[in-house]
Amino acid sequence: MAQHSNKLAKIQAVTANRLLDGHVVYFTAEGQWSDWVDDVVLADGKEEADALLAKALPSVETRHIVDPYLFEVDQEDGKMVPKSVREKIRMAGPTIRLDLGKQAAVRS
Amino acid sequence: MYRYDQFDHKLVTERVNQFRGQVSRRMSGEMTEDEFKPLRLMNGVYLQLHAYMLRVAVPYGTLSSVQMHKLADIATKYDKGYGHFTTRQNLQYNWPALEDLPKILDELAEVEMHAIQTSGNCIRNVTADQYAGAAADEIDDPRIWSEIIRQWSTFHPEFTFLPRKFKFAVTGCSNDRAAIRVHDIGIELVRGKDGDVAFDIHVGGGQGRTPMIAKLIGEAISREDLLAYLEATLRVYNMSGRRDHLYKSRIKILVHDIGAEEMKRLVEEEFALVKKQGVLQLPQEEVDRIRAYFAAPDFETLDAECPELDAAMASNKRFAAWVNTNTAQHKQAGYTIANISLKPIGGVAGDASDAQMHVVADVAEKYSFSEIRVTHEQNLVLAHVKKSDLLALWETLEANGMGTPNLGLITDQIVCPGLDYCALANARSIPIGQEITERFADLDRQHNIGELKLKISGCINACGHHHVGHIGILGVDKKGTEYYQVTLGGSADEITSVGKIVGRAFTEHEIVDAIETIVEVYLDLRESPDERFLDAYRRVGIAPFKEKLYADN
Repeated sequence: MAQHSNKLAKIQAVTANRLLDGHVVYFTAEGQWSDWVDDVVLADGKEEADALLAKALPSVETRHIVDPYLFEVDQEDGKMVPKSVREKIRMAGPTIRLDLGKQAAVRS
Repeated sequence: MYRYDQFDHKLVTERVNQFRGQVSRRMSGEMTEDEFKPLRLMNGVYLQLHAYMLRVAVPYGTLSSVQMHKLADIATKYDKGYGHFTTRQNLQYNWPALEDLPKILDELAEVEMHAIQTSGNCIRNVTADQYAGAAADEIDDPRIWSEIIRQWSTFHPEFTFLPRKFKFAVTGCSNDRAAIRVHDIGIELVRGKDGDVAFDIHVGGGQGRTPMIAKLIGEAISREDLLAYLEATLRVYNMSGRRDHLYKSRIKILVHDIGAEEMKRLVEEEFALVKKQGVLQLPQEEVDRIRAYFAAPDFETLDAECPELDAAMASNKRFAAWVNTNTAQHKQAGYTIANISLKPIGGVAGDASDAQMHVVADVAEKYSFSEIRVTHEQNLVLAHVKKSDLLALWETLEANGMGTPNLGLITDQIVCPGLDYCALANARSIPIGQEITERFADLDRQHNIGELKLKISGCINACGHHHVGHIGILGVDKKGTEYYQVTLGGSADEITSVGKIVGRAFTEHEIVDAIETIVEVYLDLRESPDERFLDAYRRVGIAPFKEKLYADN
């Protein structure tokens, strides 16, 4: 399983790619997968994070997603955002093509 | 160009049908991701940061206009209206959906294209000199031999599960435009004792985390022995290459560990066995059959001089600059080789929109016998253009953002997709490349600097060839922040060298200034405008650059 989170990370969430189109998705409090990082459910500390990842894993079996993993989340201006550059890019889209990816889509 | 025979058609069609079944079983849940992943990779399908990525093979970088139109159509229909030409002379789509992939492969097969040998631990798509069949300095057309190697290597049962991926590059002359010495096997066409075409086989080159320059193992191997010698080399690797450690599994590590002499001995021993069996002796008739596909086009008899071209150059400075930098000498009088830059200032290196791909297909049809080449430096080439057509060609290219006169200059960079797309990357490459092109946008300044090959990779896998850049930039991650390490003095031509790290890495905000400092140091110390950056570096070494870059430390 991919490791993209700092071992000392405090607040984490779960992300994956959707099987059908490979797009980035986030695990929500309702146990669903959302296109939007705003919908993530947060885990505080290692124990909660491991439990959250375990809760997300059945979605691999049901073929909704592939390769779920934990990523570190930070608070910026009162909003939850991924901490690493990698996850910020996954959340938005290519930084050199603002017309592509989630940054170009309007949430309905 | 090579055209599929019944075997090729059958093989590709069967493969697409197999993959259609595999995708269907994956989507229905009959197959897990662990089971599906190696199968999708064998068909060029990766999962990247934002979506799936499909890598389409362009064997030895040669495309027809019809094929280029199809690539454009697929970009429109199934992707986001563009494609990315790579250092392996392939094309990548960044956004295809899983369920569309069999349909895309169907459409590719309609124009004799596929995604086989673009991933996995097999012999990958063979790359070659982009000036094949046109270069004035060529001993023979490398596409003939690349196609023969393709036919030998495709689905070769013994070499489908090698310790690691395996890359060939072929050059038809001693001026190496195919970077053969940084490939697992690099082949240079030479003259044998009898004057016939023969092959120097360089083995164990590569980049990545352990850059190595290939060693000359086989000298002037004859035509009939070429495949037997390659089979023997691959066998030695397959038997003795490491499978216990991902980073030590390429043939370069084997050659380094046992030494070139021992490698040569093992290959010669195996070669004797293969040769004794006799089945891999390459008959002249088969070479002639393949050669016929690459026969020279129907050139007109023209004067070498072209007064109308001279007049156009005299009246249009930018066009003159393009002719001077972007064209190369053709073996046929009155013709020239035209390079199409996919490196506009501020653009994404190697990207072409669907509209641009259609334009290239059209101009190839109109001016260059409907044939296009992809270069490992992420540009395109029209190999056979009449000098009298150059102005009209350039005007069309210029009107469509592909007329930049920068071939071989600092803005003509190799840049990997980096962290903007790639799941393996540690840092972004493309925005750094863009910023450098903007800093050096002034054409007179670029031409004053002269030949300078700048190459950027977003991780140590070195897809952006940074090790062999005159200036190389490697993106690294330090606790979640992007840094950029600079190497100097690399080169991928016939005098291949691996660049040396200049010192501590630079931040995203420092790196462009650092590159400018390096260029200014070079301009100050060069002995004349004719002394290229690489020559000056080789004369003075790294010290003056280091001194200036870290003066404040």
